[in-house]
Amino acid sequence: MNALYLAFAYLRYHWGRSLVLTLVAALIMFVPIATQILLSTSERALVARGDATPLLLGSRGSQLDLTMAALYFSDERPDPVTMREVEAVWDSGLAVPIPVHSAFSSAGFRIVGTTLDYFDFRGLNVSDGRGLSILGDAVIGADVAQALGKGVGDSLVSSPENLFDLDGVYPLEMPIVGVLAPTNSPDDQAIFVDIKTAWVIQGIGHGHEDVVTAAEVAAGTAALSNAAVVQYQRITDANIETFHFHGSQEGFPTSAVIVVPNDVRSGTILKGRYLDSENPAQLIEPAGVIQSLVDRIFRIKSLLDAVTLIIAIAALAAIGLAVFLSYRLRAREIATAVKLGARRGMVLRLLSAETITLLSLSALIAATGAAIVSRNAEAWVGYLLALGS
Amino acid sequence: MITVENLTFRYSATSFGLRVPAFHLQDRERVAIVGPSGSGKTTLLNLIAGILTPEAGRIDVAGTDVATLSEVERRRFRASTIGFVFQDFALLDYLSARQNILYPYRITPALTLNAAARERAEALAAACGIGDKLDRHPTALSQGEQQRVAICRALVTQPKLILSDEATGNLDPESKSRILDLLFEQASEAGAAVLAVTHDHELLPRFERVLDFAQFRQGADA
Repeated sequence: MNALYLAFAYLRYHWGRSLVLTLVAALIMFVPIATQILLSTSERALVARGDATPLLLGSRGSQLDLTMAALYFSDERPDPVTMREVEAVWDSGLAVPIPVHSAFSSAGFRIVGTTLDYFDFRGLNVSDGRGLSILGDAVIGADVAQALGKGVGDSLVSSPENLFDLDGVYPLEMPIVGVLAPTNSPDDQAIFVDIKTAWVIQGIGHGHEDVVTAAEVAAGTAALSNAAVVQYQRITDANIETFHFHGSQEGFPTSAVIVVPNDVRSGTILKGRYLDSENPAQLIEPAGVIQSLVDRIFRIKSLLDAVTLIIAIAALAAIGLAVFLSYRLRAREIATAVKLGARRGMVLRLLSAETITLLSLSALIAATGAAIVSRNAEAWVGYLLALGS
Repeated sequence: MITVENLTFRYSATSFGLRVPAFHLQDRERVAIVGPSGSGKTTLLNLIAGILTPEAGRIDVAGTDVATLSEVERRRFRASTIGFVFQDFALLDYLSARQNILYPYRITPALTLNAAARERAEALAAACGIGDKLDRHPTALSQGEQQRVAICRALVTQPKLILSDEATGNLDPESKSRILDLLFEQASEAGAAVLAVTHDHELLPRFERVLDFAQFRQGADA
């Protein structure tokens, strides 16, 4: 106890030096632990998303771009596939296809056009409001609601993707009808709409005043088109009936299609159908793509570990030198203690008590930091992964 | 109090040697040791305190043959029997004056820090005129006040012998007399003998006896 008393008195009196040593030691302990926690959580989050998505159908090209766009709603824009591919999967009776149209955004968040199957498939629950029911409805992820300060009753406007594309991509005002419960996944960062709403944003579907009125038909002055026709930018109860799509839905685009096979056999059969490299569509297993990405990241991590190790060794050497110089400065005190009859090992006990006290404080700080990181890792990783999209 | 007979000592790394045929210090006696630098005055104090061990001879302090004690026994003996006062005060900057006085109790199991020891520290500090400065750290005390703290530290364990090594060496002339008077006064009240190394010949008349140390020094060839 006496050694601890003296050690504490010394550390308290020289609080500035003690604080610096404690914080440096705490950082040396904290950084590798926090890095490990975040990387492990990242790996789990990435792999879990991949594992939870059995098959992904998309245009032949980069499998990584397709996976990132469909699973993480990233900025990658794989060439779209048509809804004909969705129908083909339905017709096979081997799997449930879920289209994912992620070409547009609003206020920096990706607009994901899909079907109600997506919500069941991902286990997404509405925490406020209701789910998608009519054209134009939007259900937003928890992070979107928090970041934009919007909720049920508010509205969002899609961002015009190409100002010079007069053919389409008009801004569409969408009422928010529901907010999803947080899942610490990219779904928290998405704005979900029915895929038909996405097509409206794309200009494939639209609503407008009647081009030909009954009076004009009666008067025989009906025109085929009229530049003065008002095109609606908000879908309401009053104008929803005027919204329509030109052409066959089979030809409409989607960024990707999540394919949920009935069983392993069905999945294997389906994969076989897309092996032909001449086929413009490909069916991939996102888990393999993600695992390959994670493996690459973790090869970089080993380099990071080496750098961390070198820095830790250098910092420990600096701390060791500081402690050694501190002991040298206290040689006179040690000599005095010996002359006054300090018991054998007292000096060592005193110096050890100081070192252990410092390291204990550092470990406490590092452990507290690690606990905070661990507790929030999933949320932070979800946010970081979304930042990368 | 002290009986030294046929004492010889030599540092292994140097040619310095010391030989003291006989030396006696009575109970409560106040003796000054003078001599040129390097004549072995401090070495004798260290031998008496058991910090160094002699090659030969007998050192009896308060009835204990110090030379025959083990290392652990010598430490315990030193802590319980001897009080040290140093030229540089040897106070710890990170402890208050109060905790500096009680420092010997913190470093050895031979002494028990109890209420009596704390009261003794307070009383000694009051007697030395620093009773109102016990919570100050050494850096907030004058040199004279620091030496008073050192004297309190030497006496708080109620030693039978005070070894003073140039205790007034760093003080101004006025403080020297006051500190020495204080040391004698407190040692007298505690019933302790004082053996003091000094270079200050003006202070010698205050001692009961003076021992010139030049006679004890031995060269490498001695």
